[in-house]
Amino acid sequence: MKTVKSTLKPLAAAVLSGALLSTPAWAETAYVSNEKDDTLSIIDLDTMEVTATLDVGERPRGIIFNRDRTKLYICASDSDTVQIMDLKDHTIIGELPSGEDPEQFALHPDDRRLYIANEDDALVTVVDTVTFEVLAQVDVGVEPEGMAVSPDGKWALSTSETTNMVHWIDTETHELVDNTLVDQRPRHVEFNQQGDIVWVSAEIGGTVSVIDVDSRQITRKLTFNIKGIHPDKVQPVGVKLTDDGRYAFVALGPANHIAVVDAKTYEVLDYLLVGRRVWHMDFNSDQSMLLTTNGISGDVSVIDIDDMKVIKSIKVGRYPWGVRIKP
Amino acid sequence: MKIIRKTALILAILLPALAQASETLTIRIGFIAYHPDQGPVLSNLIPEPKDRGFKGAELGIKDNNTTGRFLKQKFNLASELAESPEQVSSIAQGWLDQGIKLLVADLPATQLTQLVDLATKHGAAVFNAGSYANELRSKQCLKNTLHTLPSRAMLTDALAQWANAKRLSDWLIIRGDTPEDIAYADSLKRSSKRFGINVIEEKTWDFDTDLRRTAQKELPLFTQTAEYDLVVVADERGDFGEYVQYNTWYPRPVAGTQGLTPVAWHRVVEQWGAAQLQSRFEKLSSRWMNDKDYAAWAAVRSIGEAVTQTRSDSPEELFSFITSDKFQLAGFKGRKLNYRLWSGQLRQPIPMVHPKSLVSQPPLEGFLHPVTELDTLGFDKPESQCQVSFSN
Repeated sequence: MKTVKSTLKPLAAAVLSGALLSTPAWAETAYVSNEKDDTLSIIDLDTMEVTATLDVGERPRGIIFNRDRTKLYICASDSDTVQIMDLKDHTIIGELPSGEDPEQFALHPDDRRLYIANEDDALVTVVDTVTFEVLAQVDVGVEPEGMAVSPDGKWALSTSETTNMVHWIDTETHELVDNTLVDQRPRHVEFNQQGDIVWVSAEIGGTVSVIDVDSRQITRKLTFNIKGIHPDKVQPVGVKLTDDGRYAFVALGPANHIAVVDAKTYEVLDYLLVGRRVWHMDFNSDQSMLLTTNGISGDVSVIDIDDMKVIKSIKVGRYPWGVRIKP
Repeated sequence: MKIIRKTALILAILLPALAQASETLTIRIGFIAYHPDQGPVLSNLIPEPKDRGFKGAELGIKDNNTTGRFLKQKFNLASELAESPEQVSSIAQGWLDQGIKLLVADLPATQLTQLVDLATKHGAAVFNAGSYANELRSKQCLKNTLHTLPSRAMLTDALAQWANAKRLSDWLIIRGDTPEDIAYADSLKRSSKRFGINVIEEKTWDFDTDLRRTAQKELPLFTQTAEYDLVVVADERGDFGEYVQYNTWYPRPVAGTQGLTPVAWHRVVEQWGAAQLQSRFEKLSSRWMNDKDYAAWAAVRSIGEAVTQTRSDSPEELFSFITSDKFQLAGFKGRKLNYRLWSGQLRQPIPMVHPKSLVSQPPLEGFLHPVTELDTLGFDKPESQCQVSFSN
C-alpha cells in the first residue's frame, strides 16, 4: 500500500495517523456520531481509545460507508443534509440534497442510490450519490426512521415510527407496493445475509418481528424479558446479524442491555449489560467484536463475541447515536 | 432538481389483507372546547393560546391520515369553540345528529358531564382532554368516557413522589381561593399522605395588593411559618403564584402550579422521539405544544390506533379495543401508554418542568407497584369507585 505515510518517519507517522491521515491498515477504526455534540468520535480499535473528534453538521445521527469504505455519509439531521466525508483526510467533500431532517439511510448495492428517511416529512428521498440528483421522493408513514435495502437491491424498506408499518418500496419503480403492520414505534430494519428474512424492532411495542420477504408477512415475534427490569423499559432499537447466520444482537434501549439471539431458533441466549440507553451497533471486520452506542452514558461498549462479554467502555461525545467500523 | 412524489394509493389493491376493503373507511371526530373566563389576575400572564387543544387534535388527525392512507382510512375533524355553556350541548347535538360519534372535549367538568350524558344516549364515545377533576376519576364515574389529560391527583402525586425522593418532606402549601385552587390544594394533601409528606401549614392568599410592586414585602412575611423544605403553590390561573419564587421567608424551592411544575406536556419534553412530535406541532401551529394540545392529540391518536387495528368505525368497537389489553399508544413519554380499566384514565409519566428544562419524569425508580409503576400516580384501582363501561 503506497500512501503518504510510507515516506514519513515511523514516529511521525504514528503521531499523525490518528489526527490527520488515514488510519494504518492494521488498525480498525470506529466512527461514532454524537447527536448532541455535532461531532464524530474516531476510535482506534487496537488501543480502544478516541483518537480524534471531528466537527460535522448539526445533530448527526445515521452514518454509513460507501462500498469500498473510502467515504462516510452522515445524516446531519438539523442541517437538513447528508454530508460526505472523505476518509483519507476526514474532510467534508460534499453535501447531498437529502430532504428535511434525514435520520437513517441505506445504500443500494449499486453503491450509488442512497435511500434516506426524512423523519419530519413522512418521506423517503432517493438520492444519486454520483450526480447529487434527487431521483424520487416516496410518501411513507409518519416519522420514517429505519431504512434498509435488500442484498439483491430489489427492495428498499422503511419503517415509520408513528404509523407502525414497514413500507416496501420497489427500487425499480420507486413505488410503494406494500405495507406490513408491526408493533408500536418500529425503529430499525435489518436484512439477513441471504435477503430472505428481515428483522424489525418495535421500540414501544417491545418486540422484534421477523418478516418473510417473499410473503411480506410476520412469521415470528420475539419478546424480551430481563430480570429486574420492567417490561415497559425493554425497548428494542438496533438489530445486527452475524454473516454466519448464527447470532442476532438486539439493542434494548433504556433496558441498558443487548439481547443475544440465536438467529436460527430465535431463542434469546443471553442479555449483556452495556451503557445507558443503547441504540445502535456495528461489528468489526471479522465479527469478533461488537460496538454499541449508549446515548445517556455517552459511551461505546465493546463486546467480545467469542466470550460473549462486555470487555470495555469508551467515553465518546454527548448522545452517541450511530457507529460504523472501517477495517 | 427533479422531484417525483409518488403517492401509491394503488398499493392497497395489492394488499391481500385489505382486498375486501374496497371502499375508504371515513372516521369523523368532533373536537369541542369551551374556555370559561378566568377572571382578572395580578400577574401579566403570558396569554394562553386561543387554539389550545384544537391544534393538538388537528395534528392527531394529520398523523392518523398519514397512516390511514395506506389502509384506506380517512379521518375528518369537526371542531368548534363554544361561546357559552349552553352552546356546548347544541354543537354536540348537531354533531351527534350527523353521526359524529367520537368526541374529544376540552371542557370544564360540569360541561363535560353534560356532554357525556348526551353522548351516552347516542352511543358515542367521549375523550376528556380538558378537565383535571379528580372526582371524574374516583367517584363521579362517566360512562363512554376516557381521560387523556392527567388528573390533578396524577400531577400532585408526581410532585409528592419527587419531593419524597429528594427528602423535601415538610411542605408549606399556599393556595388561591378559586374552586380550582382549592381542588389542587386538596389533591396536594391527598398526595402528601400517600408519599409521607408533612404539611406544616396551609395558607390562603387573599390579599388584594398589586404584587408586581410589593411582592418582596408581602411574600416573605406571608411565608414566615414553621420551617419547611418546599413551598407548594396552588394557583392554577397564575394570579399570585408567579411572585412566590425567590420571595419566600426561608430560601426554599417552590413547586406546584408555579416553580417546578408537574404537567401533562411541555416544550422541554424532547426525549423518546418527542422532539419529532414537538417539531411537527410547531410546523403546524407556529407555537409550542401545551398540555391540552397533547391530551387532544393523544385522544385522536388513540382513536387512530384503534381504527388501524380493528378497521372499524363503530364507537363501541373502538372503545372496547382501546380498553382491551391489546391497545398501546406510543405517546412520546418513554414507554407505551394505555388506559386504566376503572377510571378510563390514560396512564402516563408526568414531566416535571421549569421553563427551560425537564427536571424529572415520575414515576421514579423505587416507588413500586404490583402491576405498573405508572399506577403510583393518580387514583389506583382500590381508590376509585369507577369501572369503564360503554352504553349505546
